[in-house]
Amino acid sequence: MIEIDRVTKVFGAGAEAFRALDAVNVTIRQNEFFTLLGPSGCGKTTLLRVMAGFVDPTEGAVTLEGDDLLRLAPYERPVNTVFQSYALFPHMTVAENIGFGLEMQGRPRDEVRRTVGEMLELVRMSELADRRTSEISGGQQQRVALARALAPRPRVLLLDEPLSALDFKLRKDMQLELKRLQSETGITFIFVTHDQEEALTMSDRIAVMNEGAIRQIGSPRDIYDHPAERFVADFIGDTNFLEAELLSKEEARAEVRLASGAAVTARAAEGGAEAGAVTLAIRPEHADLAPEGEGLLPGRLSDVVYFGTDTHFHVDLDAGGRFVVRRQNTPDRAEARAPGERVAVRFGARVGQVLRD
Amino acid sequence: MARRRGFDVTRLPGFATIAILCFVLLYAPIVLLVIFSFNESVSVSEWQGLSLRWYRSALENEQVQAATVRSVVIASAASLIATAAAVGAALATTRTRPWRGQTLAFALVNQPLMVPEVVTAVALLFFFSMIKVATGYTGLWYLIVAHAAFCIPFAYLPVRARLQGMDLTLEQAAADLYATPWQVFRRVTLPQLWPGILAGAMLAFVISLDDVVITEFVKSAGQDTLPTYMLGQLRRAVTPEINAISTALLVVSVVLVMAFFFLSRPRT
Ligand SMILES: Nc1ncnc2c1ncn2[C@@H]1O[C@H](COP(=O)(O)OP(=O)(O)OP(=O)(O)O)[C@@H](O)[C@H]1O
Ligand SMILES: [Mg+2]
Repeated sequence: MIEIDRVTKVFGAGAEAFRALDAVNVTIRQNEFFTLLGPSGCGKTTLLRVMAGFVDPTEGAVTLEGDDLLRLAPYERPVNTVFQSYALFPHMTVAENIGFGLEMQGRPRDEVRRTVGEMLELVRMSELADRRTSEISGGQQQRVALARALAPRPRVLLLDEPLSALDFKLRKDMQLELKRLQSETGITFIFVTHDQEEALTMSDRIAVMNEGAIRQIGSPRDIYDHPAERFVADFIGDTNFLEAELLSKEEARAEVRLASGAAVTARAAEGGAEAGAVTLAIRPEHADLAPEGEGLLPGRLSDVVYFGTDTHFHVDLDAGGRFVVRRQNTPDRAEARAPGERVAVRFGARVGQVLRD
Repeated sequence: MARRRGFDVTRLPGFATIAILCFVLLYAPIVLLVIFSFNESVSVSEWQGLSLRWYRSALENEQVQAATVRSVVIASAASLIATAAAVGAALATTRTRPWRGQTLAFALVNQPLMVPEVVTAVALLFFFSMIKVATGYTGLWYLIVAHAAFCIPFAYLPVRARLQGMDLTLEQAAADLYATPWQVFRRVTLPQLWPGILAGAMLAFVISLDDVVITEFVKSAGQDTLPTYMLGQLRRAVTPEINAISTALLVVSVVLVMAFFFLSRPRT
């Protein structure tokens, strides 16, 4: 278990001081595939570097199973990193790269050889053991970097956008492979990405970051279905935002009145207003179209966009604003709707999410 | 499609003429020197036919032999010392957190490039003569130490350039994989630094090999190096032997400098 407690990092001083991390609090569990997700420059790499020991936080504490990590130099931490640029040693072979950590730990020679062999097999690189790292492809380099970091059996593996340099197909393969490696080795993975789809498919839990702070932590489902804030809802997937009035709130259950006057039950994020004007977030695929007069929000269909797997219906709401409904296409449901038609948007109880801000 | 060009110096009028003139001034004398080193004649300026006579004569000249050995000994020892010091200095100015006086240290290391050589020479002469009086030692070490001192910047600059061009994440990756700072240096930094170190050492060697000014001031009697021996000969009768020695020196320097450029070219 890694506990990151109010970690703050300020680069520079005086007028140029820049707060790259702002009181970050997070607990990462043993064996977890934990993802840090956020836009470029939000501090993901900085947080990883704090854990690896290359950046000293300005404030805060980092502990691993209760032991203070910040006290230890990088080479004393049972934490290994897969660098964004791989950082393979160019003057060593693939096998020497993978064995480097074990050798530095002073493991006996035959144990090093055996473990390197296992690692090569694990990442399916056995035939290329004696190649120079400049003589293998990007995907292969990525796997060597992974094997090199896994070989010493760290308690925690930090991965800084390890897949970002790979093409789409290889990326998909490596995503599966990473998941497989994580479950086979039982090592805690802390994975950095700015690709929301990658985060959703791979993670046990996701922390969404913005401007040096963690905005929300939860399972991919939690984060996607129940974004707590506008930033999270916007950053991950597509979302419709509706102005609404909060009538009552009881734990996560909220009654809201929409601009059309209709009342509906929604989920409420923790914290936030107890009453008054709020924003309601609804995913396009969580809503549906109804004949005029039946749904919650009447309006006029302005656009129908066909995407192959699904169709997007753009509705100009009578109460103002635009709402997008996404519907899966099936051959038996080729109903014809034309722009200009009067329709209504509807969604079920507890589908809408009342945001914190 | 019209291409916009920046300032192109090669299109200035007279550029080609000036360039050719410069090259002629630089290389014509050297070409002549090399040609005349194969001259049969006793006269330096009169061509009498091809021969290796003066090379043979130089090789058999015991003074030339002694000066050559001395030059090589001094250049080897000095470049070794200078390179070791330069590696330390380069590490201290690139691989540490910025420290107070770092720029000053950089300037001090490169002092021999800025201070007129003759000033250094006079200062060393003065300094060493005090030590000579105090210790009575009159050996070759004065020359070695003096050469090492002015060779340091030449060894330092390529090493520093190599260090700066090196990917820092490699060293971090090593530290991440349980290598102590010393192991990081030995296993990751040094292997990649070798070309820079070799390049620096070779440059220092060449610089030491052809130094005249400082050597002339610092040397004791009978401590002629090849260049100071040649200078001494010129004051007396000039024989084409000088041409032969110069040509040999030229070949050694060119080979070393070419090796330097080969080693210090950016890695692909
Ligand atoms: N050594 C440094 N000195 C000053 N500012 C820094 C330093 N390192 C990072 N920063 C700043 O801190 C912020 C966070 O950087 P960080 O590298 O953690 O971003 P990131 O989330 O990893 O982004 P990306 O997805 O682009 O890799 C950035 O604005 C960056 O400019
Ligand atoms: Mg980053």
